[in-house]
Amino acid sequence: MNESLSQIFIGTLLTNNFVLAMFLGLCPFLGVSSRLGTAVPMGVATTFVMLVASVCAYALNLLLNYFQLEFLRLISYIVVIASSVQLVEMVMKKYSPALFRALGIFLPLITTNCAVLAVALFQTAREYSLSQSLVFALGGGAGFTLALVLMASLRERLQLSNVPTLVQGTALSLILAGLLSLTFMGFAGLGAGE
Amino acid sequence: MSLPNQADEGITFDTFMEGVWRQNPVFVMVLGMCPTLAVTVSAVNGLSMGVATLFVLVSSCLLVSLIRHLVPKEVRIATYIVIIATFVTLVDYLIQAASLALYEALGAFIQLIVVNCIILGRAEAHASKNPPLKAVVNALGMGVGFAIGLFALGATREILGAGKLFGITLFGDNFQPWVVMVLPPGGFFVLGGWLLLFALLRSRKEGKVQA
Repeated sequence: MNESLSQIFIGTLLTNNFVLAMFLGLCPFLGVSSRLGTAVPMGVATTFVMLVASVCAYALNLLLNYFQLEFLRLISYIVVIASSVQLVEMVMKKYSPALFRALGIFLPLITTNCAVLAVALFQTAREYSLSQSLVFALGGGAGFTLALVLMASLRERLQLSNVPTLVQGTALSLILAGLLSLTFMGFAGLGAGE
Repeated sequence: MSLPNQADEGITFDTFMEGVWRQNPVFVMVLGMCPTLAVTVSAVNGLSMGVATLFVLVSSCLLVSLIRHLVPKEVRIATYIVIIATFVTLVDYLIQAASLALYEALGAFIQLIVVNCIILGRAEAHASKNPPLKAVVNALGMGVGFAIGLFALGATREILGAGKLFGITLFGDNFQPWVVMVLPPGGFFVLGGWLLLFALLRSRKEGKVQA
């Protein structure tokens, strides 16, 4: 794969946005996006975990390839991600207890955020180099944060408007996400050129 | 994901039906969305993803339930994840061996079954507190419910977006395929539509009870 770094970044941020085009990380996307104040830190925390996971996955993959243990890839990736989430959790608890409480159950759930595992899996499948992997993780995380922030802003506005009781809740969020996703399709082709 | 603890009850029909209908993972709990929306562009894809998840769910719940007294509380989540990842690796290689076309259609989403919240949620909320047989029955119900949900989504999207079902053309030449339905936004719209339908049914039912 000979994609340039900027291509990868734009591609994962807009064209192939993790949440809106590839359906990754939807649980936190629907769960934490009710307030802007929690959406941003959640996005940043996820991005950080993605970066850590990306570096670890790259190193692990070299090791596994060397020993020809490719079938252990999935298991080792998930263990690495779980431990880096633990790390983020401890750091956050120490330095920002208020934020720690606000994110609540969704912090440990970053482990089961498909977007994080997907970063590790896709970078392996596409045979990215270390720098490409890092940019990929950064773009993915930024894209995730962007989607989360957009969604949270929309939902904050919605709380002020009069919505029929039938549509309230997840159904409405999904249709909103659909509209956002439709908008993001307008970016198709961006960053793919020479 | 906090479901009532039903450790004291025996195995009833409800243990199975809970997942199929009352607590349907797709339409009621809205869990495991990533594979749900990403692979359901056709009925076949949806169904195979459902079956693969069903297999992982049942086997990991069986194993979790068997070792539930051996695992220390502190490391249980990590243990469950490793168990689930093992079975997913198994499924990954099985599908690759059975049908390469299907393997390519589902792509990385087979491996992403690991992070499907339904499986970890079931292992934590049900299998870790119940004897093996009951855990398996419950997991079977959840898995079947999930597969039905995926099939419903996949079929809807295939019919609307391509005018086909299982690859067979349903309508005449005049049908203009609703292409957006097989594209990412369609996934959100179709699931939103199904949820609306269920909300409508529920409100009707509640209205009847009150009247």
